[in-house]
Amino acid sequence: MQTEEIVIRPGLSEKNYWKDLWRYRELFYILSWRDIKVRYKQTVVGAAWSIIRPVITAVIFTILFSKVAKLDNPGVAPYALMVFAGLLPWQFFANALSESSNSLVGNSNLITKVYFPRMIVPASSVITSLVDFAISFGIFLVMLVWFQFLPPIQVLALPLFILLAFLCAVGIGLYLTALNVKYRDFKYIIPFIVQFGLYITPIGFSSSVIPEKWRIIYAFNPMVGIIDGFRWCLLGDPFNPVSLGISIAITVMALLIGIRYFRKVEKTFADNI
Amino acid sequence: MSSPIIEINNLSKKFVLSHEGGSRNKTFREVLTDKAAFWNRKRSSGASEDFWALKDVSFTVNPGDRVGIIGRNGAGKSTLLKILSRITEPSMGEICIKGRVASLLEVGTGFHPELTGRENIFLNGAILGMSRMEIKSKFDEIVAFAETERFLDTPVKRYSSGMYVRLAFAVAAHLDPEILVVDEVLAVGDAQFQKKCLGKMQDVSQSEGRTVLFVSHQLGMVKTLCDKGIVLQKGQVAFSGTSSASIDYYINNSLEKNNETECFFAEDTSLNAQIISCKLTNTANEGQLRFDVFEQIYLQVTYVVRKPLSGMNICYALDKNAETIGYSFDTDFNESLLSQRDPGVYTFRVKLPHPLKAGQYQISTLSLGIVNLGAFNVEQNVFSFEVVEESFDPTYKSFSSNRDGMMVFNNEWEQLSYNAYE
Repeated sequence: MQTEEIVIRPGLSEKNYWKDLWRYRELFYILSWRDIKVRYKQTVVGAAWSIIRPVITAVIFTILFSKVAKLDNPGVAPYALMVFAGLLPWQFFANALSESSNSLVGNSNLITKVYFPRMIVPASSVITSLVDFAISFGIFLVMLVWFQFLPPIQVLALPLFILLAFLCAVGIGLYLTALNVKYRDFKYIIPFIVQFGLYITPIGFSSSVIPEKWRIIYAFNPMVGIIDGFRWCLLGDPFNPVSLGISIAITVMALLIGIRYFRKVEKTFADNI
Repeated sequence: MSSPIIEINNLSKKFVLSHEGGSRNKTFREVLTDKAAFWNRKRSSGASEDFWALKDVSFTVNPGDRVGIIGRNGAGKSTLLKILSRITEPSMGEICIKGRVASLLEVGTGFHPELTGRENIFLNGAILGMSRMEIKSKFDEIVAFAETERFLDTPVKRYSSGMYVRLAFAVAAHLDPEILVVDEVLAVGDAQFQKKCLGKMQDVSQSEGRTVLFVSHQLGMVKTLCDKGIVLQKGQVAFSGTSSASIDYYINNSLEKNNETECFFAEDTSLNAQIISCKLTNTANEGQLRFDVFEQIYLQVTYVVRKPLSGMNICYALDKNAETIGYSFDTDFNESLLSQRDPGVYTFRVKLPHPLKAGQYQISTLSLGIVNLGAFNVEQNVFSFEVVEESFDPTYKSFSSNRDGMMVFNNEWEQLSYNAYE
């Protein structure tokens, strides 16, 4: 076995950080697996919760926005499909955000007792949300059959949008989880962001409902571009390059800031948690 | 001689203690108000003070060394281990480590109660830095060591605490890094299992030549397991040398030779008789608060009698863990004392029960009283003293502090006969 030399010094950002991250990938897998496995333990309907939650939300939103508020649907797909196509990335994003922001505090016993690149913890909790996303996507496929709707060819681009949603969640999640270690206020702020976001994000309606002059500002919610993208891929709604561009820019920025901040405070987690 | 495997240079770690309402997790509001206060050039939120958990610690460890780190609570042992295992960062100084470090600061880190024993082995193994293949190849060994074959597919929340600890330690015991850092974890589990763990640790370190850093309060264990020792005192290295020399140093210097071995009481002339002072001593009549199991402990009491008194006695009670073991009267075996005591100052000395099992003891009551009438001068919680296992390695002793039981049976087994098989 080759011996490696580790130097510990204050403020020394290890050159091997990313290598370490790779070396600890098994821990990453196993933590994700643990979270998934444990998730619905001691619940009666178990994993069915991942089906019940999005379905009920979709039903309520469809009734609320199409029947009660009587909002337009610019696309050709049925309103319920439009709602669900928006709900898919949103629920993923919202779950990922809440799971990852609580992940470090929830795993404080690990943080104070063993070394590993801390980024593994929030990242693996985002994976759990990805599993829920996969289940919801299954429901969406069933709905496609039910409504006898065939997605257009650009459905092939969908993985790119999933990736974008993933990166966006990771970026913001890293930032929030690091803040949450030091300032427990975020335990209360995040559910609020998620709840509030549900209404200001175009889930129950199309982003085209927003008046023209507000659209650019509206698109600063990174989920707007992602949801527009999902609807373009899945339902053939018009492609919206503006919201997509802003969304990509914000995601990149969130990732950079998130990773930077996380790395900066990572070493004090054990002292602060 | 090969070059050191661990080199520590001027390592320091500072904590900032803030004296404001306790909570370490600031809320946003506090931060905002702090910032505002800063701009106003005045600090509103109480004093804060630097505390050096470690200060200028330097030492080297050679490959194959088994180093015991000893020191009182708060001497910086755990902080040192945490820095070595890269859990927290030093404030100054530097450490060079050549090799893979596995740290065992707690038994069963990351065990999840809902997962089964089998699943937890993999989870815990991964957390401790083992690869899946490594765990797989050692799986049977781990299970056999933990003696929990039958419960492998039961969630660990249904385990007894003993089983839980056994399983957790079994995983940790099968790590094989170049450097193993262990903190006090052997202090759990029953004595038999502890012995097994200690044996395993010895195997690992001696036969496989691994480097071990070991923190424990059980000096006997340090003596058995380690060949080198380092004494930490208030965050600094006070002594380093062989493990037995370190333990001697620790006993003689690090533990305060407390001047509190003697107690004086304010005079109250309204009392007809009164305890003036008392002292806890060893055979040589030196004040001491820490004794070996086989050391004779003496309690010395000075009292004043101001008026002739009859029917008076003096009494002490010995407690262990807040439970009274027994009382003793000076008149128990000398009834003539009951008749009359003349005015004057008396000093008595009494042997405490001997030997005492290791642990924390208190002279919980010291009193003067009149038979059938009760005590009139009572002093409470006079001394707290410690009995430790120093003169011997407790591992194989019936009266090891890890074993159940209240007393040390000072028994000698007498051989009456022996007949060899034909």
